Amino acid sequence: MKARAFSYVRPRTVAEALSAFAGTDGDASYIAGGQSLVPALALRLQAPDRLIDIAHIEALRGVSLTGDRLRIGALTRHAELLTDPLILRHAPLLSEAAPYIAHPAIRNRGTIGGSVALADPASELPAMMLATSAEIEISGPDGVRLVPADDYFQDLYQTALEPGELLTAILVPPVGPDERWAFDELARRRGDYALVGAGVQATLVDGTIARLRIAFLSVGATPVRVHQAEAALTGAPLDATSIARAQAALDADLDPTDDAQVPAVTRRHLARVLLGRLLGRLARPA
Amino acid sequence: MTAKVSVTLTVNGETHQGAVEPRLSLVDFLRQDLELTGSHIGCEMGACGACLVLVDDRPVHACLMFAVQAEGSTVETVEGLTERGALADLQAAFRDRNALQCGFCTPGMLASAYAILARGGVPSRDQIRDALSGNYCRCTGYEAIVDAIEATARTRAAAHAQALRPQARLPDEARP
Repeated sequence: MKARAFSYVRPRTVAEALSAFAGTDGDASYIAGGQSLVPALALRLQAPDRLIDIAHIEALRGVSLTGDRLRIGALTRHAELLTDPLILRHAPLLSEAAPYIAHPAIRNRGTIGGSVALADPASELPAMMLATSAEIEISGPDGVRLVPADDYFQDLYQTALEPGELLTAILVPPVGPDERWAFDELARRRGDYALVGAGVQATLVDGTIARLRIAFLSVGATPVRVHQAEAALTGAPLDATSIARAQAALDADLDPTDDAQVPAVTRRHLARVLLGRLLGRLARPA
Repeated sequence: MTAKVSVTLTVNGETHQGAVEPRLSLVDFLRQDLELTGSHIGCEMGACGACLVLVDDRPVHACLMFAVQAEGSTVETVEGLTERGALADLQAAFRDRNALQCGFCTPGMLASAYAILARGGVPSRDQIRDALSGNYCRCTGYEAIVDAIEATARTRAAAHAQALRPQARLPDEARP
């Protein structure tokens, strides 16, 4: 299947990209790695008049520690999450989730910015934005703004991005010395979309959970942070009792729907199993 | 019809400059414009892996890229890898182990295998399977393919170890 014809521009700066969009009456798409967009174009789920290829914008590249945030440029590829020393050290949950993103060839092209901009609720990285307490850097005609991940995901494929705005970077607070993390997902086959997946990042002080964030993927229209389960664990020692309490609390957090793959009741069950595994992993000494 | 866009890229060591329609995929460009038909077109969705080529030395789906996106890139197809002998031992192992039947998926399998082997060492069978998770084969059941890649990794690792072994030789001044 082939994409419908479109015009194509290759801006070198964010300003050029934004003005290329402004000249199209909104019927344009930004393309970075294109690993989700190109299939959508081939299936004609999308048929924009213009593609704006942001891959040549130098300002969107690179990973750096700036102040108290790790800044991950939007063009950072999934494969780089596995090897970049700054990401491995300061945002290790992203590195731990990266092997689960599709398969190697997709990871070589797909970008963190593209994944978070698309906000597929079954994708790993959008959920990990919630778990790592990331902020999304968005550039638009009126300048740059930062949106916390908690406010960014709004509905199915709907985010805080307004038409024409460009996701330029992800900002993540570096993990502290007492922090632990874990990611896992349940899929029918390696590389397939997860039936359910989750990431946890927790601060443990003397065996007690001072803070934690847990985010699930593939359980609803958006990635989901599970506040009730978090509350069941915060301030408690991480042990069998608190884990069981969190698993029970999960029912109030998740509201999956029946779908062609699995009934909602199964998905709830799988989420409980997965949460138990992840917390069990955190409880073991590092 | 939309305006053609200029693109300059290097394919198998040769620089190509031209104007292409923006919607032309990289794999169509390679097959139709450059007549490099080793890369195959299967699903055109990034699932089957028959179109895998190396872009800047990493395997990517040539169906999930428009040719215009390859501006400034270095592309290597199965033809290029074959000509420079980068796959000779791997191809021999595929033959020996009957790791190809209809051969449709083979160019993509070789591109994935090239990348696994380039990491050096001997990957586990699980790691090999994981690396092949984006390649569909409908004939072999994968077992023979994993065998061939594993065997090539072992042979290369042994040759590498041999090359690193200190050679017994006389000091220069003691030579006749």
